[in-house]
Amino acid sequence: MSTTATSFTDEMVEVGFGKVHLMKGGTGSPLVIFQDDLGSPGWLPFYEKLAQRFTVYVPSHPGFGKSERPAWMRNVRDLAIAHGWLLNVLGIDSTAVVGLGFGGWVAAEMATMGRRLINKMVLVGAVGVQPLDGEIVDQFLLSGEEYVKLCFHDAAKFEDLYGSETTVDQREYWELNREMAIRVAWKPSMFNQSLPHLLGCVDTPTLIVRGSEDRIVPPSCAQRYLDSLPNARLELIEGCGHCVDAEKPDELAQVITGFFTS
Amino acid sequence: MHLMYFTEQPMSAYPEDEARKAGGISALMFSNEHFDPIEGSRLYNERIEEYLYAEEMGVDGIMLNEHHNAPFCMQSRINMYAGILAAMTKRVKIVLLGNPLPVSENPVQIAEEIAMVDMISKGRLVSGFVRGGGSEQFANNTNPAFNRERFEEAHDLIIKIWSEPGPFRWEGDHYQLRVVNPWALPLQKPHPRIWIPGVSSPETIIWAAEHRYPYICLNTTVQQTLDIWGIYDKAAASVGYQPGPENRGYLIRCHVADTEEKALKNGREFMWMLGEFTGLGHPVWFSPPGYSSPESRRRRAESQISRGADAFEAQLADNRIIAGTPDQVVAKLRIILEETRPSILALWGNDGKVDHADSMDCIRLMGQEVMPALREIGDDLGLNSPFDIDTPVSLAQTPSGELKPVAA
Repeated sequence: MSTTATSFTDEMVEVGFGKVHLMKGGTGSPLVIFQDDLGSPGWLPFYEKLAQRFTVYVPSHPGFGKSERPAWMRNVRDLAIAHGWLLNVLGIDSTAVVGLGFGGWVAAEMATMGRRLINKMVLVGAVGVQPLDGEIVDQFLLSGEEYVKLCFHDAAKFEDLYGSETTVDQREYWELNREMAIRVAWKPSMFNQSLPHLLGCVDTPTLIVRGSEDRIVPPSCAQRYLDSLPNARLELIEGCGHCVDAEKPDELAQVITGFFTS
Repeated sequence: MHLMYFTEQPMSAYPEDEARKAGGISALMFSNEHFDPIEGSRLYNERIEEYLYAEEMGVDGIMLNEHHNAPFCMQSRINMYAGILAAMTKRVKIVLLGNPLPVSENPVQIAEEIAMVDMISKGRLVSGFVRGGGSEQFANNTNPAFNRERFEEAHDLIIKIWSEPGPFRWEGDHYQLRVVNPWALPLQKPHPRIWIPGVSSPETIIWAAEHRYPYICLNTTVQQTLDIWGIYDKAAASVGYQPGPENRGYLIRCHVADTEEKALKNGREFMWMLGEFTGLGHPVWFSPPGYSSPESRRRRAESQISRGADAFEAQLADNRIIAGTPDQVVAKLRIILEETRPSILALWGNDGKVDHADSMDCIRLMGQEVMPALREIGDDLGLNSPFDIDTPVSLAQTPSGELKPVAA
């Protein structure tokens, strides 16, 4: 798999509810990436690109990857509050946030909880709002590998990252992450009916990004975020599926950097 | 012995090829456009006749089960059919294996329904409980990750309803109920017997043993069955009792006919569901994320290939399917009884497109020839059922002086 091996730190951070796995690299103002529900196979080119301008923090969601599972956690708002607690422990009181897919939902929930913590945010292929047209793919009817493949428009990019044959370790990692995802996002399936109503209070400058060929999240979700957030605009990445960070890392990093430094 | 008749009540009145055309799917997502209510009505009513005939022919119990989105099983409400049999039969035990507790949002309703069936049947109910398969969680939209927690909590709530006077309040992890005070309680005291069917999950076997509930192996191989007894016996010893045949049950597919040729022809119908008796579908449907234990995660990651049964001949050869004349069937069942020593035996007689007339023949031969022979074998082998020796219905109902826990 092609991950980038430049300097980053890898640690377990003790937060009140348990240990959280954190990767961190780069210098500059803080930028927190909330991962999608696949997790991450390592320090990816996308993170490295952003690390050239920012101090990039990539925590694994509680219950995902090496982060401890809080058995009491029942919904994505719980998850977002837990991430806020993590940022508090890390001494971050104002940060740029990038939320990828499922992580976009986490970021949006967090944004509704207070105006100061997130100074700007980018939501990429975010779930979390009920699509008014179409449906978010039910990944739980698929195997982990089938779902991840569906997240990619370009199959070659999937192979670059995960190999032509996925390893048992990789599939086990997806399975672990899916167990936590199902604990917090089973019903309603990958959205919170309250969220569009609460987003009206979020004046955080927001960039909404979607891959033009996203087969997981229908365009109406991006539109709903756009309609609900008072200070948001939309950017389309052409020829790209749900995993924009994996398929078009340079382009996405460039768009994000431009937005955060403007 | 306690000898039961079982059929999974298939909705078999459509061309088998349709499931192949649907991509080899015969469960959960296989379209209900193939369900024909006219045929459904006929099949439901034929099954009632068959069950009444089973009682007349001398079976001890009728075993019922429940599945959803399931062409292989028409019973989407086990307690409804149990209620019908409670009123229409006179003597047989009505054995529910079982109510899928986690898929219910209100276990009090399950407790009420069971109590009604027990009273209407005049105390002939056995109330088994199950977790429900993976696909049942999808069909009922119940979070698979909390399946076992919900199963145990719903069970604890139902037992409390049957053990303590209401009203009381229940504030649990998964169920919160303001007023628990159902005015329908079981006739059998302290409560109906509880049997737990399953196929392998060690956690359920241990849980059943720790509650002193008989465990019913569902069509497992002899070796799997013996492995299950090993797990069960160890857990039983740790809570202080020595299990015997009265704690053990076994379900086997077994078709009986007047001639071997006809038995084999009808026995092959056990394979109709694309070879898999609970339907064929995506492996994830049967074990969605979080449904199975974390310990089994690695195993699931290693293999997510679709299930598929061994050939009919192979299953006949090692007695996972039995089909023959009464003498042939008894000879094979004798071996199974000798090797696995269950006191509760369910014979799954008819499946697929076995017609009503042949089903009735099978039931007649089962009740009048096979089961009497099995009772004699059971007596010789000392296979006494919980009814024969009146065992306590649970560990909680076992006098504490009788329990001698052995450290694991």
